[in-house]
Amino acid sequence: MSVNLHTQRADPAPPPPRPGRHQARSRRSIWSQFDIKATPYFLISPYFLLFAIFGLFPLVFTLWVSLQDYGLAGGDASFTGLANYTKLLADEDFWNAVINTVGIFVLATVPQLVLALMLANALNKRLRGRLFFRLGVLVPLVTSVVAVAIVFTQLYGRDFGLFNWLLGFVGVDQHIDWQSAKWSSWTAIATMVDWRWTGYNAIIYLAGMQTIPRDLYEAASIDGASPRRQFWQITLPMIRPTIIFTVFVSTIGGLTLFAEPVMFASNRMDGGATGQFQTIAMYIVEQGFRNFNYGYAAAAAWLLFLLILLGVGINYTFVRRIGGSK
Amino acid sequence: MTAITQVRPAQRGKARSKRDPFRATPLTKIALGFTVLLSIFPIYWMIIIASRTNSDAVEVPPPLLPGGNLGANIQRVLETEDAHFITGLVNSLIVTSTVTLSVVLISTFAGFAFARLHFRGRNLLLGSILITMMVPLQQMGIVPLYQLMVTLGWTGTLKAVILPYLLNGFGVFMMTQYTDQAVPEELVEAARVDGASTMRIWWNVILPAVRPGMAVLALQTFMLNWNEFMWPLIVLSPENPTVQVSISFLTAAHSTDYVLIFTGTALSVLPLIVVFVAFGRQIVGGLMEGAVKA
Repeated sequence: MSVNLHTQRADPAPPPPRPGRHQARSRRSIWSQFDIKATPYFLISPYFLLFAIFGLFPLVFTLWVSLQDYGLAGGDASFTGLANYTKLLADEDFWNAVINTVGIFVLATVPQLVLALMLANALNKRLRGRLFFRLGVLVPLVTSVVAVAIVFTQLYGRDFGLFNWLLGFVGVDQHIDWQSAKWSSWTAIATMVDWRWTGYNAIIYLAGMQTIPRDLYEAASIDGASPRRQFWQITLPMIRPTIIFTVFVSTIGGLTLFAEPVMFASNRMDGGATGQFQTIAMYIVEQGFRNFNYGYAAAAAWLLFLLILLGVGINYTFVRRIGGSK
Repeated sequence: MTAITQVRPAQRGKARSKRDPFRATPLTKIALGFTVLLSIFPIYWMIIIASRTNSDAVEVPPPLLPGGNLGANIQRVLETEDAHFITGLVNSLIVTSTVTLSVVLISTFAGFAFARLHFRGRNLLLGSILITMMVPLQQMGIVPLYQLMVTLGWTGTLKAVILPYLLNGFGVFMMTQYTDQAVPEELVEAARVDGASTMRIWWNVILPAVRPGMAVLALQTFMLNWNEFMWPLIVLSPENPTVQVSISFLTAAHSTDYVLIFTGTALSVLPLIVVFVAFGRQIVGGLMEGAVKA
């Protein structure tokens, strides 16, 4: 996952220098000509072949499926045009899932990225045992999502959970039933996401911070800029591309959130008695694979995609402003 | 890697270190220590519960030291028939190894072509990979993918959870960048002049040079695929699950048996922890290297 999307621009692919091409050509056999022309395509063909079948086909066909009505239990399909979409847009349960997804996303992502920035700044200091701390904050990444959700669900248990026990010390005597309300279930799920991903984002930010020339800071120090000021005026603007990358990844991950809320609901898709933490991904699975309403689920998948585009767009505009406009 | 192994500036005089912006204050150290503690605690907690009894698990205050029941609990998980835990573990190992091998190979092939070979449509094709990387294919195409598996009669089989994961746009992109940086253009040209075929160049020039990149990609693919949950949950049956599906069924069917659930969960992350302990340094290095290569 450690890929920076911005290389797209930074990959100008210099025009291939082909020294001695003409003189070599005459010496080359037909076979080697063929090799040079055809083998590149042979090398990339496994990727594109598999992508066509398991990536592109489902993606395009979803659009077709979303225009069908499958009747009950995945029966014969009949073309219904945009009926699934109009029905979805009037479906309170769908909007409930949208609100839950966005709510959990905001609740999880904002603190996560802010904490990750602070953590990265701390990790960027001169420290004994740097590798230990870096590995330490990455530990959550190597647990599985399902495992995290199971452990946290137990920690958030109403009667015997550690969180309620700890809250008892600060005067919250009544045992919170974390699953029961929107705010509490969103908080619980957001902490699961944050616990797992904050360290990862911090390491990514740290990598960005280490590319900043140290002279910049030394010059700023001599000029009397406080560490806080240096962070705002040097660090943040310089790692903006990295921040944009993490915002991209978090947006896509956050809006397709699935495993955590499913496990928090004891492996059910309804997201609690009144769907208080049902996300869009859960809603799609519930419609498509519990109610076998394929067309409806496919339409919801496309609306999810639009939401992701919207989310990425909004976040990009927002993050681009970090550290002043440049 | 250069970023990590960078030598720190030499010791300075006391007067200068006072305004040294990279000095770690005691507060920084405490905050970092606390963060590491928080990062480790849920995993530690998982092991505590996995080594205790159900009556311990509901004690107030909760137990904070491991007990002596780990062996017995593991046996209990393995004997819980409706969870098919061993099947799940073996299946996950098969699926994840196949997928990792395939992703690394496919990506190394394509990375070589995109980074060092010249062919018509190269930039366009690479660009198309970059764009599709941003589409959550798994959630988007889930219905047709399922229908495809039904048509092929593959639901409930491992083929259904292996084939869609055999390729990975991130992998191709990563290996393209790695090859570009690790293999000098002249080296490929020289081999060409010596009469080596393209596949021979791949084998003798590219492969030895990009091995570290392949290792990092393999680690990341392994961890990512081991975690896969949504698609296996839909397409596999409870009788033939992957390990994630298996523990999710365990959780649903034995919701009050914390010890059983936690022991299964601990076993399910064991391979990841082994990988992390063995290759932690490479994982951190790979993440950081990938992040700044822009």
